[in-house]
Amino acid sequence: MIICTNKMEYPLRSQCHRVQKQVMVNGEKERVSLLVMKKLVSRGSVDAVSQQMASHPQYLKSFLHTQHYILHMDGPLPLPYRHYIAIMAAARHHCNYLVYLHSAQFLRVGGDPLWLQGLEAAPPRLRLLDHINKVLAHQPWLTTCSHIQTLLKAGEQCWSLAELVQAVVILAHCHSLCSFVFGCNTDSDLVPLAKSPNGTPPTFCPFDAANGNANVPQSLAAPSEHRTRRRSLDSSCDMVCLKERIQKSQEEQERRDERFLQTQTLQQTDMEEEEEMICFADPSRFVTDADFCYQEFARRDEDRFQVLRVQDYSWEDHGFSLVNRLYSDIGHLLDDRFRSVATLPSMHSPDLKRAIWNYIHCVLGIRYDDYDYGEVNQLLARDLKLYIKAVACYPDATKTPVCPLSWTLLKATERIHVNLLIMEARLQAELLYALRAITQYMIA
Amino acid sequence: MEKMSRVTTALGSSAISGRTMFCHLDAPANAISVCRDATQVVVAGRNIFKIYGLEEEQFVEKLNLRVGRKPSLNFSCADVMWHQMEENLLATAATNGAVVTWNLGKPSRNKQDQLFTEHKRTVNKVCFHPTEVYMLLSGSQDGFMKCFDLRKKESVSTFSGQSESVRDVQFSMKDYFTFAASFENGNVQLWDIRRPDRFERMFTAHTGPVFCCDWHPDDRGWLATGGRDKMVKVWDMTTNRAKEIYCVQTIASVARVKWRPEKKFHLATCSMMVDHNIYVWDIRRPFIPFATFEEHKDVTTGIVWRHQHDPQFLLSGSKDSTLYQHMFEDATRPVDMANPEGLCFGLMGDLAFAVNDSLISSDANRKPYPGGDRRYPFFSFKRPNLTEQFAHVSSALSVFETDLDSNRMDWFVKTAQLYILSGKPFAELCDHNAKVARELKRPQVSTTWTMLRIMFSDPANMAAPASNLNLSKLGSLPLMNSFSMKEMGSGMGAESRLERSKGENRQDNIHLEPGNSLISNNNEENEETEGSDGPVENMFADVELDDDDLYSMEQDNQAEEQEYTLPQEAFQLRHEIMDNPSAPEHLQQDKADSPHVSGSEAEVTCLTPIESFSLISISQPLFSPHLPASFFCPIVREMLSYYAVQGDVQMAVSMLIVMGERIRKEIDDLTQEHWYMSYIDLLQRFELWNVSNEVIKLSTCNAITCLNQTSTTLHINCSNCKRPMSNKGWICDRCRQCASVCAVCHHVVKGLFVWCQGCSHGGHLEHIMNWLKSSAHCPAGCGHLCEYT
Repeated sequence: MIICTNKMEYPLRSQCHRVQKQVMVNGEKERVSLLVMKKLVSRGSVDAVSQQMASHPQYLKSFLHTQHYILHMDGPLPLPYRHYIAIMAAARHHCNYLVYLHSAQFLRVGGDPLWLQGLEAAPPRLRLLDHINKVLAHQPWLTTCSHIQTLLKAGEQCWSLAELVQAVVILAHCHSLCSFVFGCNTDSDLVPLAKSPNGTPPTFCPFDAANGNANVPQSLAAPSEHRTRRRSLDSSCDMVCLKERIQKSQEEQERRDERFLQTQTLQQTDMEEEEEMICFADPSRFVTDADFCYQEFARRDEDRFQVLRVQDYSWEDHGFSLVNRLYSDIGHLLDDRFRSVATLPSMHSPDLKRAIWNYIHCVLGIRYDDYDYGEVNQLLARDLKLYIKAVACYPDATKTPVCPLSWTLLKATERIHVNLLIMEARLQAELLYALRAITQYMIA
Repeated sequence: MEKMSRVTTALGSSAISGRTMFCHLDAPANAISVCRDATQVVVAGRNIFKIYGLEEEQFVEKLNLRVGRKPSLNFSCADVMWHQMEENLLATAATNGAVVTWNLGKPSRNKQDQLFTEHKRTVNKVCFHPTEVYMLLSGSQDGFMKCFDLRKKESVSTFSGQSESVRDVQFSMKDYFTFAASFENGNVQLWDIRRPDRFERMFTAHTGPVFCCDWHPDDRGWLATGGRDKMVKVWDMTTNRAKEIYCVQTIASVARVKWRPEKKFHLATCSMMVDHNIYVWDIRRPFIPFATFEEHKDVTTGIVWRHQHDPQFLLSGSKDSTLYQHMFEDATRPVDMANPEGLCFGLMGDLAFAVNDSLISSDANRKPYPGGDRRYPFFSFKRPNLTEQFAHVSSALSVFETDLDSNRMDWFVKTAQLYILSGKPFAELCDHNAKVARELKRPQVSTTWTMLRIMFSDPANMAAPASNLNLSKLGSLPLMNSFSMKEMGSGMGAESRLERSKGENRQDNIHLEPGNSLISNNNEENEETEGSDGPVENMFADVELDDDDLYSMEQDNQAEEQEYTLPQEAFQLRHEIMDNPSAPEHLQQDKADSPHVSGSEAEVTCLTPIESFSLISISQPLFSPHLPASFFCPIVREMLSYYAVQGDVQMAVSMLIVMGERIRKEIDDLTQEHWYMSYIDLLQRFELWNVSNEVIKLSTCNAITCLNQTSTTLHINCSNCKRPMSNKGWICDRCRQCASVCAVCHHVVKGLFVWCQGCSHGGHLEHIMNWLKSSAHCPAGCGHLCEYT
């Protein structure tokens, strides 16, 4: 029953203390703390993502269940594979935070440190996954049954259907989690949630937890200053404008990244030996064809890429049955996630939620027959739309999302709620495309 | 299509005839419906809305209802229904939420009649009232059901399910006012059409969405439901509570379910995902489909029986863009492929075996089972038509009785309990086990143990620490050797006699009692020199005559053993002594009676130990020609396999453990693992938990030892609220308290926790120990008098 080793004892206890204090201060949020505490106890750390989600305990629970199930519980894939796939997925969106997190976990479950040198060092089977990873991350509508066929084609490196389904679930999960990380700005500045008004989640960054040191990362100053600068640009919001801005900021970003990396490596030095070998893995090593990115799923493409009609292939009717058949129980867990995100108590009206959901599906090429897309324009302000699209389609951790102006008025929980919606909608979209391709493969 | 058949059924005035046939559609179908007189079928889908005529040889396209250059989403149908009273009236449920009615009697190309756009989300289902012409019901994704009067422009009533999306609505056949609705959250609701405010009844039918429901056509109040949980359930709605009366488990989610006309217990199902077949089930036989239609290449989306009084024709539409008419006679009958066989062990080891008659008819040797008729027909239908029977299987039942005694496993249990597998020197283990086996009347096993000892007593130790003492002891070996040679001939014969005379021996002991004490004293003083000396030879020379004496000595020694433990060297010595390939069998068995004492030791006791050194010189040369232990390995390996094959895996495993390194490398790991697994399984079936655990512990296979790492979970209750702790860690979900707090120091106990079984208070082991030294009461102050032992 002894789960904390000596070296972990100190931070764990102090964290527990803090959590416990919160319990007393804020009775209403007990459930969160309990969840957080549970996670603390079992993993020795609470990652930043969970802290963000802690404002929605009901959702957090099903999220953690799913994540735990796909990464640590029964499944056809060996544990190191799962984390490596997660690394690959996160790297597609340059999500340092997730790449780091899963690199550490990858090593912890006995993965070969060599693989972390880059995709070339990974076994060919995992490299085969790169293509579908790329497509799912950026243009999921391009997923076809031929992709599935190549992966399943008999041979030494072939995947089994069950393995593939788990891999796809991990990929989709991590891609969409990148969106959330990006949307909540968890990655780029590692800002502890100090400014979160409800104040519940205790403030520790992922590095503390792993590190056992509670120092706030020094990189904090740089990004915050950076953000203010960029926010002034927000006045003119146009698609083109956004793209330009992204390009412009990219250069700055690169500079900043270097700085960031330096601090990272600095921190690295005083890390425990276990983690020492993770030289903060640069996500780009796990990426091939880096230029491949989101493209508008425009009307004119409709001939080339058939829109996916939800009435023809929906999660409830089709996706669930397939995924649950090939990777048992995951269907229920995902179902739970989709359900709980839809029923989260929120200021947002159901119409707005549906508009956000359908808008994300729309930009990813999924249409609802029974939805009037005019509503999207009515309900979603332009800057909110831009934000949603940016978070859902090109969550690039090296950039900071352009927050809509109206958001300053919103509570943090509401902002997180929108991010959760984006994440889940994106997850479902990717799953639908991947599962439809698998269905087509099975019929063919 | 080889297996085509032609059937003509007379149904009142009209006659239906046809064959299995299909036609290609332009697009995937979502639903089909058939008109009342069974001559036309309508196919609806996202990009198709057509009426086909059902002719004898083929489908003929009668009408395309999808008109206009760029048809609106109103034409994209999720469901379609043809009115059963009015043959010109159709209704469709559009994916965009519209409910559309079509009047075929219209002269224009566009037959659209009414358009209701009251639903906000996709309409999943439309249903006409079976007897009322103008009443139409719809169920939608938005959770509402609406009843339309076709003479009006809008709905007359709206039913709110107060739960999630409506997947199916069906008017009852029995009850004019009742309809059933199934929901995405697993519920089924019953409504009265006159009371839109509240459902009459609701029950949870499935976990996950209920995709479909269907009332039994004969008015019995039966409702069949099918869900994503891969089940078809039949509910009896006539009782107060809906009662599940039948349940069929399919292999994929159930998209549609339709009762088969005229067949009380038959229903057809198709799936929405993965499985493309249509199944017809006899709900009383839920394990194997009664009939299967395997024509479709993609999921079947719509099924309908062609005529409401004809069970022979089934129509189906599919995503593979085909429309089929299936003849029941052409269906695959999975039961024909199955071999109905049953095999069962009785409580007393009897074996009953039932098998299809045809498979064993040639076997003339069987004699009828006295318990009853030899033939037990599974099922007997009155109807002569074989195609309507589930399967006309008649099977023969054979019962093999077993002789009760021969199958007794007492010996197994006793052996398992009595065998010692470790913790003692090899030779002693062998001796002990041999003795156990002998007492259980298993001479062969016993002999095997003895032989093992002889073969493997480790000669390597010979070179070990050669103190004077050891050397002196070695001296006894040649003596034994020489004597045993003499005894070889009669040794085997003596065995039985020994057994027989045992009782007498015991009595003799009594006479010897006074001497015993003396002897034991001797032995205590001189234990270092045991197993030496010339006189031994004499003693053994007439061993046959002196059985009694021998025994008495041994008895004596056993008594001694309880008083003190022999020093280690003594045991080593005995190993060496026994390492004599030619040692006689009977002698070994004698000794087995007193496992700790070798034969030579027994002799020593009655003799004054003298001149131990003098013999060394004689003994050494005699010792050289012994065979190395590895010489026997192949034989032993074979022997182990032999026992395992014979079914005595106990012996194989026990020997494996006892011999340890001596033999382990000779047998491949998989085999070892297999033996271990079998033995552990057996032990656990006999509930010999301790033994099985010992075996697991002693095994060297990784796969076995790790068994002890599994199911190590301990379920505990929270000490505060007394309810089970569901999560790991130390915090109770319910009362939000650290559950395992030490009653003494009030800190969370991480590590050894000791509880009082009386009051369930406890804490750190040391704390509780210390506390209870000074106080008799529970440290928690509950007043319980705890005890720490």
